[in-house]
Amino acid sequence: MSRPRAVVLSAPGTNRDHDVAFALDLAGADPTVTLLAALLADPTQLQAAQMLVIAGGFSYADALGAGRMWSLALAHGVGDALQQFVAAGKPVIGICNGFQVLTRTGLLPGALGHNASGHFQCEWVRLAVPASRSVWTHGLSDGAVEPIECPIAHGEGRYVHPDVAALAANDQVALRYAISDNSRNPNGSVDDIAGVCDESGVVLGLMPHPENHVLARQHPRRTRGTQAGLGLALFEQGVRYAKGR
Amino acid sequence: MTNGARLTIRTKGADPRSRELLADAHALGLTEVSGIDVAEIVFFAHDLTPGERAAMEAVLVEPLLQQATWTVPETGVETELLPGVTDPVATAVALAAHTVGLPGMEVATGQHFDIHGELQPETVPALARRLLANQVIERWAAAPLDPSFIDSDANAEQTIEQVAIRTLDDEALQELNRERGLSLDIAELHAIVEHFRSVGREPTDVELETLAQTWSEHCSHKTFRARIVTLDGEMASTEITPLMKQLRHCTDTIDAPFVRSSFVGNAGILSYVPGTTVAVKAETHNHPSAIEPFGGSNTGVGGVIRDVMGAAHHPIAITDILCFGPTDFPAEQLPDGVLHPRLIESGVVAGIADYGNKIGLPTVAGAVLYDPGYLANPLVYAGCIGVAADAAPLPGPQPGDLVVVLGGRTGRDGLRGATFSSATMDASTGDVAGASVQIGNPITEKLLIDVMRECIGLYTAVTDCGAGGLSSAVGEMAEGVGADVDVALAPLKYPGLRPWEVWLSEAQERMVFAVPPARWTCLVAVCERHGVEATKLGTFTGDGVLRVRSGDLTVLELDTEFLHAGRPQRTMHAVLPTPSRTAAAAPPCSDAAAMLLQLLAHPNIASKEHIIRRYDHEIRGATVVRPLVGAAHDGHADGVVLAEPSDTHGLAIGIGVNPWYGITDPERMAHAVVDEAIRNVVAVGADPSSVALLDNFSWGDPRRPSTLGELVAAVRGCCAAASAYRAPFVSGKDSLNNEYLGSDGARHAVPPTLVITAIAHHPNADLAVTPDLKQAGDVLVVVGRTETEFGGSHFALITGAGDAGPVPAPDTNSPARYRALHTLLRTGRVRACHDLSEGGLAVAVAEMCIGGLLGANIDTLPHADITTALFSESTGRFVCEIAPQDVTWFFDGLGEPVTVLGTVTGEPLLRLAGFDIPLDELRSAFQGGPR
Repeated sequence: MSRPRAVVLSAPGTNRDHDVAFALDLAGADPTVTLLAALLADPTQLQAAQMLVIAGGFSYADALGAGRMWSLALAHGVGDALQQFVAAGKPVIGICNGFQVLTRTGLLPGALGHNASGHFQCEWVRLAVPASRSVWTHGLSDGAVEPIECPIAHGEGRYVHPDVAALAANDQVALRYAISDNSRNPNGSVDDIAGVCDESGVVLGLMPHPENHVLARQHPRRTRGTQAGLGLALFEQGVRYAKGR
Repeated sequence: MTNGARLTIRTKGADPRSRELLADAHALGLTEVSGIDVAEIVFFAHDLTPGERAAMEAVLVEPLLQQATWTVPETGVETELLPGVTDPVATAVALAAHTVGLPGMEVATGQHFDIHGELQPETVPALARRLLANQVIERWAAAPLDPSFIDSDANAEQTIEQVAIRTLDDEALQELNRERGLSLDIAELHAIVEHFRSVGREPTDVELETLAQTWSEHCSHKTFRARIVTLDGEMASTEITPLMKQLRHCTDTIDAPFVRSSFVGNAGILSYVPGTTVAVKAETHNHPSAIEPFGGSNTGVGGVIRDVMGAAHHPIAITDILCFGPTDFPAEQLPDGVLHPRLIESGVVAGIADYGNKIGLPTVAGAVLYDPGYLANPLVYAGCIGVAADAAPLPGPQPGDLVVVLGGRTGRDGLRGATFSSATMDASTGDVAGASVQIGNPITEKLLIDVMRECIGLYTAVTDCGAGGLSSAVGEMAEGVGADVDVALAPLKYPGLRPWEVWLSEAQERMVFAVPPARWTCLVAVCERHGVEATKLGTFTGDGVLRVRSGDLTVLELDTEFLHAGRPQRTMHAVLPTPSRTAAAAPPCSDAAAMLLQLLAHPNIASKEHIIRRYDHEIRGATVVRPLVGAAHDGHADGVVLAEPSDTHGLAIGIGVNPWYGITDPERMAHAVVDEAIRNVVAVGADPSSVALLDNFSWGDPRRPSTLGELVAAVRGCCAAASAYRAPFVSGKDSLNNEYLGSDGARHAVPPTLVITAIAHHPNADLAVTPDLKQAGDVLVVVGRTETEFGGSHFALITGAGDAGPVPAPDTNSPARYRALHTLLRTGRVRACHDLSEGGLAVAVAEMCIGGLLGANIDTLPHADITTALFSESTGRFVCEIAPQDVTWFFDGLGEPVTVLGTVTGEPLLRLAGFDIPLDELRSAFQGGPR
């Protein structure tokens, strides 16, 4: 298999679908932006894909809470196809609004509440990668590569979970906000959690936007000569995994 | 509520909204309030079975974050949107219910507030009126509020009214003008009377409204097209070229190769690289933002994005420039009916963030200004940039083409916005103008963008529904060709609209297309794929007549020639300002260090990070130089640079604005702000020979000769500067009558506020330059000439010096300087470059330290007088950081004298003219700005 086929799912209000498609293309996948309505009309499209991306944005304007309307449509429309996709071990990633959707559908644990600040924030974060079950971060854990830096852009990104200790013990914490003088937990997420995976490790959800740091030029300190870890690494690992299956 | 049900949903744990509300309440002087809890309410018109309740609760409540109750609270305050104001959440609830198998639910939503503290009897009503409910779009009541549901059986009598005007005398005409809020002058009323005498009938109410809207200042720019007579001296008077003509003539004379289209259609069109064109436009949305800040700025952004879509371009970025009253203004001193600047600011910022973030465009460049002159008239400028594949311009509507409306449905929102925005506001504006405020839906517009991306070639003309709604859009497109439309075909948000309401509604997110019948099915297919509604309203006829029907009832029949060319040209009188320009001695400054810190902390100069971070400036991955730059991403950039991830070249955007110069010397102000906008794009490395300009004027009532004189002077300054830099104006907009008639009878006009947007080609975004200091040991130089020029300066604002001398003059050497500097910047060898503006040299160097987290040792100054050297605001200047080995290369390349200021140091300290300020003091002053 040369380039794994990736479905980039886009609901009304999704707006980072083209950004993530660009990143996947760079990472060696063959992405197609697919409208939710088109998938609902023909759920079999999923079977032909090796990767699934729930892209970021403001699906349904965040009505009733970010990701709520989209998760309802998925659960009632293509719930089974989605379950089969995951059961087949094909990698799924939900970014920002996609993460919110995946928690609402129950494919990922926990929930995402309003930022501690009470409003939308756009800023860059550095990500720590603990050892976890995630097939997306395999080999990217701390020290192995340059830590990934990329922006967040969300108002509902505060991760909550009833038992984070158990979650961490079960190796499902895939990404944390690195804490240092120039890097912080931006939204009050419990245990600095930026991304989690499901028990099988194929489903990853994260609030930051690695798709917006796939070129060195996109880094805010590029004019200062800074070379930080590209978000591209995450997509490359996903592609590597999809190919290797 | 009789037989319905209601679910009240509370946030578990601390709700950040409560904190914000409490701070606002205290800022409004309601200090007895100690806490405000917020909850969401979902109202159901009919009661639900236990099973239905469980199902809806599962849909609406996230147990990890929220708790909900079906019991009806008996205490607290509740709000809901007024009937007719669209409620997207209610729509979503109904859709969600349908998804889980409960179709046809009638739903409304609201908010519940519990207020704590030692409350006076007046506290709760005051809080509800001034903070919890904006009565322009919401109503409030003590809990439990009895909700209103959309009346789905409402129907309006499909009648029209003949208005007898042919026999009215001037007094009666003026009375009619007032009571219908037409905002027309007597000459225009006469022209309308004459026209209907000639056609031998009375006008309908729809025809009057349509004429008033088409002839409004907002839509027809009467002042910029007016015949202007200047009264210089006793009897002498000279006529000057209409302002619009002056600007166009200036652009034509420059004849820049990269200009494709200027001052026609919805936006200016440029082309820098073969195969691609760029559309640029900036708009104002001042009056709506004054009475409903969120909705006003929200739809201002939506409107300017549609302007770019209306030029058949794909939007890629947004800009915003905001002017507010001081956010610490004493609440009890506010004029009647004026919202507190703090609430206006938070509402406006939230409105821009909501639209820009949700539609998925980066909000990149901008400015925020604070001055008491904006207390009653806040200004909100929004701009948009778009790109398209180079193609032949659209042919325009052909006879037989269909009149098609795409996007949102039509409701009562935003009626008479154009005429409203052309009138002076007063204490009652908030009440009477309620219907003039539109409510935005960015997702609907996002879908329109997606549809248009796939509709290239399917239409012969397109324009957006802005001020005036269908009346303006169809009216414009029908010019010369004519059209026949049936408003009864327009899809409505709710029933019960009269024909004139449909025709004039400013409901957002609608575009009108001229579609050849053969292309209709193709267009519909694209729209259906994206879930966008497309509706045929009629056809373009070819007979030059605009005919509007509601079913069989003809409600309007106007010759488009009269509609668009029938307005008599205004003759207006101007008295030009005579500012003193004689050099004055530098004002004294006892403590330069203290002054620098005061300048850095001044709201106009201090960090805007708390606003900028509310906007997504990262989406699309094309923002190379962001509004925030530096080692800690918290220094201000000069210009911003956008470059598609797949390209190396890009676009730079810069903003220039300075009302304080405008108060003293409007002509020099205009020259200075054009210079500033260009400096900003030059500083990031853009090509000064590729600059295009947008002009946006927000002014007072131009019927006052002195006010018009200031406008005339400003346009002169614009043209002089544009010619000097060979930087053509390609589009512009004027928002006049930004005045508030206080109940005290006093008029409050805004200071002359000209916003210049500069767009330029960036040859290599990988070599973009930022102002933050990079490297200890580097050399700092100042480029440009420094004179004693404190008129309108921020130094003068702080010292309160009445006559501070002349406003900074144009420097005839600047254009050559910018070209030379560009050849140096484009090599990538200049480490940092920062333009000098408010606060002068001292502020510029301090900002470079703040951004770079480095110190500087400044031992040489560009002027013998220290105050002048540090704080004068002479135009045309930059500070550059250069590696020591590059100094001679820099001097030779620039070809004019340069002052070496000193060096960059690793020590966190600014040493400047004999005083030392620690970096953290500079940073805390800069970051202690308005909150």
